[in-house]
Amino acid sequence: MGKISNEELLKKINDKFPEQLTVVGEPFGLLTLETGREQIIAVLDFLKNDPALQFIFLTDITAIHYPEQEKQIGVIYHLHSLVNNVRVRLKVFLVDGDVNIPTATDLWHGANWMERETYDFFGVNFVGHPDLRRILNVDDMTAFPMRKEFPLEDPNRVDKKDYFFGR
Amino acid sequence: MQNHPVYTDNDPQTEYSTLNLGPTHPATHGVFQNVLQLDGERIVSGVSTIGYIHRAFEKIAEHRPFYQITPLTDRLNYCSSPINNMGWHMTVEKLLGIETPKRVDYLRVIVMELARISDHIICNGVLGVDTGAFTGFLYMMEHRESIYEIYEEVCGSRLTTNIGRIGGFERNFNTIAFAKLRKFLKDFPVTLKEFESLFNRNRIFVDRTKDVAAVTAEEALNYSWSGPLLRAAGVDYDVRAMNPYSSYEDFEFEVPVGTNGDVYNRFLVRNEEMWQSLRIIEQALTKLEKEPTDIFHADVPDFYLPPKEEVYNNMEALIYHFKIVMGEVPTPTTEVYHSVEGANGELGFYLVNDGGRSPYRLHFRRPSFINYQMYAPMSRGMLLSDAIINMSSLNVIAGELDA
Repeated sequence: MGKISNEELLKKINDKFPEQLTVVGEPFGLLTLETGREQIIAVLDFLKNDPALQFIFLTDITAIHYPEQEKQIGVIYHLHSLVNNVRVRLKVFLVDGDVNIPTATDLWHGANWMERETYDFFGVNFVGHPDLRRILNVDDMTAFPMRKEFPLEDPNRVDKKDYFFGR
Repeated sequence: MQNHPVYTDNDPQTEYSTLNLGPTHPATHGVFQNVLQLDGERIVSGVSTIGYIHRAFEKIAEHRPFYQITPLTDRLNYCSSPINNMGWHMTVEKLLGIETPKRVDYLRVIVMELARISDHIICNGVLGVDTGAFTGFLYMMEHRESIYEIYEEVCGSRLTTNIGRIGGFERNFNTIAFAKLRKFLKDFPVTLKEFESLFNRNRIFVDRTKDVAAVTAEEALNYSWSGPLLRAAGVDYDVRAMNPYSSYEDFEFEVPVGTNGDVYNRFLVRNEEMWQSLRIIEQALTKLEKEPTDIFHADVPDFYLPPKEEVYNNMEALIYHFKIVMGEVPTPTTEVYHSVEGANGELGFYLVNDGGRSPYRLHFRRPSFINYQMYAPMSRGMLLSDAIINMSSLNVIAGELDA
């Protein structure tokens, strides 16, 4: 395991950002924190540049859609401190209709395509992103396909109707 | 970033030519496009367009039970499918708290290292082809065939393997598989040695690759590079060593590291990784001698499909079969991130489960996707012929790029 325990890590973050992060849990030893979009970049900046923590490796940025929640869209950051070999997961939840969050491309160039992918599939608007276009889907697509309301298959297709199979 | 100075000509009369490199250009080794602005043979700017074979795996995965997601992972990096398959299985095992027996771990290590070798064979062989030497590729290709034959003995298929099951393997390794493996371990080092002596000090090859597309460690980390590319830039990050999975902590191997991240360094790192993989497989075979030979999966009837003969003749097996297929086994509501060292870098699975039969959300951290985003910026100022070699040494696999 890592050289820094999750308790130490949490204490350092809480000292720097008192009352601004809540602990979601520690599933499988991976400390998971939730914060707001106002301080997410400051938190990421601190985690990356603090000499004791050095979360220099941005593993991943992605999102999840929870249609039942008030804040429907969760943006998930995975960071990895290669020096201490410890990982951390940060979550920011956004209200549908106001899915704006500052970009992390100023901290990591690698965030560029990760954020484009997240925008492409969830419609999260990364404010300040240099080139926020769709990346895997076609440019003139209007929907955000990884949202739960988007059906897996075209609901208009008739070749899979039950009556063809005697049901 | 680039060693070639950007050719700047302030004459407004200068006309750049536009080159569509791809989507089906032979040099791209996959379906993706780069629109390059060229000034003579120098690249002025480039825009990458990807997504030509996007198949919405993450969306499909939300509608499939866990064991049916394995064939989707096959089609990510199809040059080393077993690593993806087993990475996925280990993610689910982590979620469900399944402990696999040591023998399963070692067998997995063997298959995963074979997959790594087969992937590096392609990448380094093709790098040779792109610099004008077809010979090395043909020598090496023969051994990819022997690796595929080993897969065939273990799982029945070759390219998209769907190898293994949640909890272990679908069937035990037979004697032919071990015989083929031993033959491979005897024959391949000879070819690899020959391949190295063909390229490592070859004047033409070195001139074409050395100092081409050099990347510093800071830049590589800034772009979240991982795998052989990051190690060629001098960062010794290897998931196998840092967060060992599948009992990699039992093995002795070295993590080769380059110095300046150029194409030549990447080539050398991949070659050395093949030697280390061979070393790991040898060790695994020695360790297997001490393990009971009849264990090839964990004892988890709730998740491991029983053999078909049992299902037809045994009530209990039929019940388990039904429960697994219909997804009536309760699973924990939590989230898990698991990563394995894929042939191209850190292959991560972020699985959010709501207790149902299929994931609530599954996200693949695909190394090709993340490694490739530096391609257009780093090509600026490069010669077109260097950019081709650079692309081939990035080893971008379209399936993994687009998911």
